[in-house]
Amino acid sequence: MSLARDMMTVAAVSAGAFFFLAGTVGLLRFPDTLTRLHALTKADNLGLGLVVLGLLPQAAGLRDGLKLVGIWLLGLLAGATVSQLIARAARHGQLNR
Amino acid sequence: MSIATVFEIVLAAVVLGLGVWTIVVPETFSATVGFVAYGLLVALVWVRLDAVDVALTEAAIGGGLGGVLLLGAAARLRDADLMAEKTPGTLRASAAALSVLMAAALAGAVLVLPDPAPTLAPAAVAKAGATSLSNPVTNVLMAFRAMDTMLEKIVLLLAVVGVWSLASDFAWGGRPGPRHEADPRGVLVFLARLLPPIGIVVGIHVLWAGADQPGGAFQGGAILASMWLLAIMTGLADTPSVSLRWIRLILVAGPGLFLVVGLVGLLFDDAFLSYPPALAKPLILGIEVTMTLTIAATLGLLLAGAPERSAQP
Repeated sequence: MSLARDMMTVAAVSAGAFFFLAGTVGLLRFPDTLTRLHALTKADNLGLGLVVLGLLPQAAGLRDGLKLVGIWLLGLLAGATVSQLIARAARHGQLNR
Repeated sequence: MSIATVFEIVLAAVVLGLGVWTIVVPETFSATVGFVAYGLLVALVWVRLDAVDVALTEAAIGGGLGGVLLLGAAARLRDADLMAEKTPGTLRASAAALSVLMAAALAGAVLVLPDPAPTLAPAAVAKAGATSLSNPVTNVLMAFRAMDTMLEKIVLLLAVVGVWSLASDFAWGGRPGPRHEADPRGVLVFLARLLPPIGIVVGIHVLWAGADQPGGAFQGGAILASMWLLAIMTGLADTPSVSLRWIRLILVAGPGLFLVVGLVGLLFDDAFLSYPPALAKPLILGIEVTMTLTIAATLGLLLAGAPERSAQP
């Protein structure tokens, strides 16, 4: 049972790390602000979500698990809000140019 | 070399790199963003050192509220960026020399520490039962070195007085900062409506958990302050006039209660700030709850800035 849990953790956290890597590459390589944001938020949301999913089997109890999920939800909220704000600022900047 | 060691070396290198970048980058705004990232990474360093209490404070103050303060300063100084180039080279060189000297002195002091370094940690852990709180950091802050904590709060109060005294004559006692406005249907206002209920619960949880786990009045107060600032910056709430009686009451409540408890300790017990063992936990909890409110109000008002609008509309 513990082996199955550990395998799930390794698989999900590795997948999460891959999405973080892909998002970082996208952030560095994509040509403009909007596409960079696109890469970043996809990576953040999916990457963090998979890392949290991977850590869930290792959580000590239901409370710790709920806290982990809460962190992911707050991360989603922050990422979505900030990328909206940056995208809006970028668009205003383009209009003013 | 274990994975943890590799991670620590990379972390230290990135922190140093960010520190250098923050200094050499020409734009104030970029330097501020670098400093915020630096604060968050330093918080990770504290976690690696098993100092989670310090990490929470560093993330809240160094990364969060300090970052907001510096961003505000950077926005005000935008025109001054051009002047920065005119700063004489000798001044910059001597500032750099002094900083290097300071860093070298600190590094030297750390290197000449005996190994193992002198520590009071075992004594603090051994006496943890005296207050029936099991977080040793809270014990040190609220009982063993309570005097330091109380004076720290008085320093915060003096800082608020200092900020307020920057007000012009007509705004004296008025509302701090400009009246913020944001698109009422915008995403920031949505966040400012959604987040504070969660943030307030988290802030109170961090305060409450401080008895037995990392956390406490300062960290909880910083979270509450950031929720208040979010509401202020989106225009959902306005800053209160600083001449209001209740604002001033909240600002002095924390250190005031601390002082009263200390003096009562002098009367009924043997020393200033000594708690009767049976009452230690309720007394500390009472002080911490009051201080959380005071810290939240103090940090919020520090960031709101000097009064800019007259109290009379």
